[in-house]
Amino acid sequence: MMTVTKHVTAMVGNHAVAYAVKQAKPQVLAVFPITPQTTMLEKLAEYIEKGELKAELIKVEGEHSALAAVYGAAVAGARVFTATSSQGLLYMTEMIYWAGGERVPIVNAVATRALAEPWSIWDDHQDFFSKRDASWIMMMAENVQEAYDMTLQAFRISEDKRVLLPVMMGFDGFILTHTMERLEILEDEIVNKFIPPREFNLIDFNDPVNVGPIAAPDDYMRIKFETMKAMEGSKEVIEEISKEYEEISGRKQFGLIECYMCDDAEYVFVTAGAWTGDAREAVRRMRSQGKKVGLLKIRVVRPFPKERIKDSLKGVHGVVVFDREYSYGIGGILATEIKATLYNSGIDVYSVIAGIGGKDVRPLHFQKVMEDVLNGHKFDERWLNE
Amino acid sequence: MSEELIPEYIKQKKVIRQQYFFRGNAACPGCPIPKELDLLLEVMGKKTVLVVPASCSTVIMGDIKGSPSPVPVVHSAFASAAAIASGLSRQLRMRGEDAKVVVWAGDGATGDIGFAAVSGAAERNEDIIYVCYDNEAFMNTGIQRSSLTPFGAWTTTTPAGKREFKKPVPFIMMEHKIPYVATASIAYPFDYQAKLRKAKDMQGFRYIHLLSPCPPGWRFDSSLTIEVAKLAVETGVWPLFEVVNGEFSLTGISKTLLDKSKRKPVEEYLKLQGRFAKMSEEEIKVFQEAVDSMWEYIKDLVKR
Repeated sequence: MMTVTKHVTAMVGNHAVAYAVKQAKPQVLAVFPITPQTTMLEKLAEYIEKGELKAELIKVEGEHSALAAVYGAAVAGARVFTATSSQGLLYMTEMIYWAGGERVPIVNAVATRALAEPWSIWDDHQDFFSKRDASWIMMMAENVQEAYDMTLQAFRISEDKRVLLPVMMGFDGFILTHTMERLEILEDEIVNKFIPPREFNLIDFNDPVNVGPIAAPDDYMRIKFETMKAMEGSKEVIEEISKEYEEISGRKQFGLIECYMCDDAEYVFVTAGAWTGDAREAVRRMRSQGKKVGLLKIRVVRPFPKERIKDSLKGVHGVVVFDREYSYGIGGILATEIKATLYNSGIDVYSVIAGIGGKDVRPLHFQKVMEDVLNGHKFDERWLNE
Repeated sequence: MSEELIPEYIKQKKVIRQQYFFRGNAACPGCPIPKELDLLLEVMGKKTVLVVPASCSTVIMGDIKGSPSPVPVVHSAFASAAAIASGLSRQLRMRGEDAKVVVWAGDGATGDIGFAAVSGAAERNEDIIYVCYDNEAFMNTGIQRSSLTPFGAWTTTTPAGKREFKKPVPFIMMEHKIPYVATASIAYPFDYQAKLRKAKDMQGFRYIHLLSPCPPGWRFDSSLTIEVAKLAVETGVWPLFEVVNGEFSLTGISKTLLDKSKRKPVEEYLKLQGRFAKMSEEEIKVFQEAVDSMWEYIKDLVKR
C-alpha cells in the first residue's frame, strides 16, 4: 500500500459532500434548494463564486428541471452533479427514469427525508427506496466520512465504461447532513488521479445520433436486458473501485456490503444508512456480554448484492432487518428483499420498522429487539412505535 | 433519375432549397413540420442540436433504427425540453463548441406542461433558441385541447368548441424581456427564415412561435396547409411580429394590418376548417372581437 497523506478535519455531511464534488471537478451542476440539502447547495454556490470550482451552476426553477438540465449537460459530455431530498426526489422522478433508461452518468446526492403528507422534514428512507427500480446504482452512507468517500467513488462508478449508469448516494437527512464529524480528506492530486476527466459525449456533429428516441417492443426489451447486464456487471466494478479507493485513502471501504462480527454470529442485524452506527454500538455492547450477534451493512442497495449477502450469512440462525421505510401490504423493503435473497436457506428473517418520519432510534432499541429474538420471541414484523 | 428527365420546376426547387431534413419521415400528409425543420436547419447549419420533447416530432424523428435528421437530436420528456437544452448549451459552451441548441417543441410542451421550464430558462436567459411549432392542440395523442387551442375550436376534449381563449404565449414571452421574440408562419418562409437568422446571430434566450396548421387536427384538406397558414395572417388572427431587445415591430404583410379595413374577416379563416364548423354567428363575432382587441393591444406596442 502506498503512503497516504491524511488531512484530518471536521465537517457536516452536506459540506463534506460539497467538498468531494468540488474535488471531482464537475463541469455542470443544477440544484434546487430543499431542506435538508440546502446548505450543500449554498456551499457549492460559494465554491463557484469564489472560483474554487470552475463549473456552471444552473439555478433551475424546480427539481424536474434540475435533473433535466444535468441530463442535457451529461449527454453533451459533462461530469454533472445534483442533489435533492424527499418531495424534490419525487418531483424528479420522471427524469430519474429518463436518465436511468438512457444510462447517462449522473451523480445525485439524496439527503433522505420522509414524504408528505403530513409534512415532515425529518429522516426516513421512503423517498430513497421509492426509486429502486429506475436503473440507478444506489448507495447508502453510514456517516459523514462515508458520504464523502462514496461521492468520490460515485463519479468513478457512474462514468466507468463497463457501467454507464447514474448513481444516487443516499445519506440520512439532518442525521448526517447537519452533524459535524471527524473527516479525513484526500489531496486534490490524488482525487484527480482517481477520477480523471470525463472524455466521451453523445453530441458529435460529424456523426449525429438520435438520443432517446422511440423503440419498438423488440428493441425496447433488448435495451432493458442490456441495462440488467450492466447493473449486474457493476457489482464487480464497484468492488474493484472501492479496493482502489482503499489504497489511496488507507481506509477500508468494503464494496457492496460490510460485515461486522459476522464470522461466528448466530443472529445478525441488517441495516442501511446512518443508524448502522447505532446497530454497531448495540453489537459491541452485546458482544461484551458474550452474545453472538453481528451486523451486516448494505452499502449498495441497487444492484442488490444478493450473492454477497447469501455468502456472508452462511451459518447464521436468524437476521433482524431494520427498515426505515415501508411497502404497504408486503412489509419493510429491505426485509422483503432479504427474505427473497435467503429463500430456502433456513435462516429466520425478523422485520423491524422503525425511525419513520425521524422517530428516534438508539443503540438501546437495537439491543432490546435483539434480546427478544435471542429469548425466542418470534415475529414477522414489528413496528417500534412506542 | 438523370438530370434531363427532371422537370424544370423541380430542378429549380433543388437549386433554391437544398434538402436538410430527409424525406421518408413519419409525418402525416400535408403536415408542415418537415418543411419547417428543413427551413430551420438550412439557416442553423450542421452545428445544431435539436431538443425535442414529446410531440408529433418525436414520431417524425423516427425510432432507434434511424433518424431523418442530419443533426443530433436529444429527445426529452414532455416537461423538460427547456431545461435539457439549458444543460446542453452550458456544456457545449464549457467545451468551447460554437454550436446552436434549438428546442423544437409543440404548443402543449411549451404553453402547458413545460411552461415552468420555458419560463425558468427565459428568466435565466439561457443561450438557446426555442421554437414552438404551434398546431393548437395535443395532436400526437389525437387532437385534445391545449391552452393554445383557440376559442370555439372543436377538439376531442372540447366537443362543443373550446370556451376559453388561446393563451397568448408570444406576448408572455415578450414580458420576460428576453433578447428576441418573434412569431412566424409556414406560409411566409422568407419571413420565418429571416427571423431564424436574426435569432441565430444573437445570444441568450430567443423565442420563435410558429403557427403550424395541422390537416387532421384542424379538419381541412391536406392540400390546403399553406392556404390556411396564409389566411391566419391575412385575417389578423396570427400577427407576424418580432421583438428585438424590447423593440416591437410588425413584419411582412402584418405591417399593413394595423388598419382594420385591411384585415380579411376572420370568417374566411374559420370556414376552411372543420374544427370551427359548429361555431354560431354570435361566437364568430366574439372571435372577431378578440382579434380586433388584440390589434388594439398591438397598436400600443408599436407606438411605444
